[in-house]
Amino acid sequence: MRITQGTFAYLPDFTDEEITQQAQYAIDNGWPLSVEFTDDPHPRNNYWEMWGLPMFDLTDAAGVLYEVNECRKAYPSHYIKLNAYDAHYGRQTTALSFIVNRPAVEPGFRLDRQGGPGRQVRYTIHPYALDKPKGDRY
Amino acid sequence: MTERWNAGVIPYAEMGYWEPDYEPKPSDILCAFRITPQPGVPPEEAGAAVAGESSTATWTVVWTDRLTDHEHYQAKCYRVDPVPGVEGQFIAYIAYDIDLFEEGSIANLTSSIIGNVFGFKALLALRLEDMRIPPHYTKTFQGPAHGIVMEREYLNKYGRPLLGATTKPKLGLSARNYGRVVYEALRGGLDFTKDDENINSQPFMRWHDRFLHCMEAVNRAEAETGEIKGHYLNVTAATMEDMYERAAFASELGSVIVMIDLTVGYTAIQSMAKWARANGVLLHLHRAGHGTYTRQKNHGVSFRVIAKWMRLAGVDHIHAGTVVGKLEGDPNMVAGYYDTLRLDHVQPDPLKGLYFEQDWASMPGCMPVASGGIHAGQMHQLLHYLGEDVVLQFGGGTIGHPMGIAAGAAANRVALEAMIKARNEGRDFMREGEDILKAAAKRSHELDVALATWGDITFNYASTDTPDVVQTPVSV
Repeated sequence: MRITQGTFAYLPDFTDEEITQQAQYAIDNGWPLSVEFTDDPHPRNNYWEMWGLPMFDLTDAAGVLYEVNECRKAYPSHYIKLNAYDAHYGRQTTALSFIVNRPAVEPGFRLDRQGGPGRQVRYTIHPYALDKPKGDRY
Repeated sequence: MTERWNAGVIPYAEMGYWEPDYEPKPSDILCAFRITPQPGVPPEEAGAAVAGESSTATWTVVWTDRLTDHEHYQAKCYRVDPVPGVEGQFIAYIAYDIDLFEEGSIANLTSSIIGNVFGFKALLALRLEDMRIPPHYTKTFQGPAHGIVMEREYLNKYGRPLLGATTKPKLGLSARNYGRVVYEALRGGLDFTKDDENINSQPFMRWHDRFLHCMEAVNRAEAETGEIKGHYLNVTAATMEDMYERAAFASELGSVIVMIDLTVGYTAIQSMAKWARANGVLLHLHRAGHGTYTRQKNHGVSFRVIAKWMRLAGVDHIHAGTVVGKLEGDPNMVAGYYDTLRLDHVQPDPLKGLYFEQDWASMPGCMPVASGGIHAGQMHQLLHYLGEDVVLQFGGGTIGHPMGIAAGAAANRVALEAMIKARNEGRDFMREGEDILKAAAKRSHELDVALATWGDITFNYASTDTPDVVQTPVSV
């Protein structure tokens, strides 16, 4: 399967040039970029590990790509995403976020069901990868 | 002065409801009414009558006014302008002191502003065009249960419009078949699916069964995609007790969102907004019935006023027009609705039908929803007219796809992401829209088929609710 989190999950994976163009768009809007990675892609995992701090003062998109590639070297089989953050009053939230690296094989999620009274079902979404310890998952 | 208090009938204008020298206070609630006086009624008198009838006046002089500080409570018509190019119509500006209204109550506000006065005989027609709600009053309302920013953080979806679809056919499917449509649309790539406004709890499908099947579909789709998905479970019902019961069940099942119809009434909407915030469930509002009073230009209430009331009342989503779809919506007017729902500070703009400056005083934005006769081939136009903070709902444009519902959903998602990518790359996506879609379709058979099916479908009808040809002057 292919996890479809992120702004551009339904397009073919971006080339380095395409990543740089999106980074430039964010910089032009005054949005600092940040790189995050994880091997727990549960849809409600809000806190991927931070690859350093957000690049608040960086104005060169090539520098963003450099950090993406450094993170890829360190975690070649993890999910890695590039985020742009809009700190303007009234937003103060993520403005753009897309996956720039993913494992070669994505086993996906198991849906566990627990029957309850009145035909009610309790659902748990369980990433198959989570059965292994952190770092050994992909 | 003594004549003012003689028993009998005197013109409203002479009773103090017409005050051309009045300077509105920052805390006043201001209204712009389009008035069509009966023949022979001077516009100032008609404006004064509207001010009177929507505040303290009755048809005759009453001495009991003198037991109050009556000038404080009288609404004041302070300006009347002819509508450019339209014989017999005027825009009357009326100021209301904030003391006239109960804090945080749309019901109370509207009982005055659009109460008796809309049936008043001295007018042929009356339309509430716009309102300025001062921060003093805005701050007494809850506002959107979550708002646009919180919704995006909750769903973990950024940088693009959200995608949805209404289950079709809207009536008649069994719960099991209904859930199938939900599952296919969500796993194919949509963020949301939706009950239609008239799906409540009918003999062919009861609400409890629908909720169970839809949540199976939502959870299955989440597991298939690794994305958060939602289905707007419509909890509209005959009584508040029924609505609370259905909403509580939706929340217990883990639904991220519920919906209600505008037909439930302002008080029920405010109650559900309070419930939605307390329970962490997004609240979608379908504007069922609004066309009965928003569409005609000379009588009723403009949708921009309804939008304003609903942001105050506290819904997270509201249908606000598509521009290019099958339902009424002049591009400028729709832009005015979207500004009203999303911006923190709205400047007056006669072309958009915005008569007043509106300061929302940090109240979160409400997500507009575009629904009705839109398809993937219009993606560049939708992004151009409606922007990024919007839910684009393709009902027929998803479910009617020749390869199936999931393929229809994927086509919409590919078209959307391709257009966002092109925009961010600095391309003139409005002009190059068709080329961008065609290029994306080379790598997506689903989109290719969608464009072949609907690519040239348009709904080019003239709008009935348009800005006046000559700009209507703006009050500040």
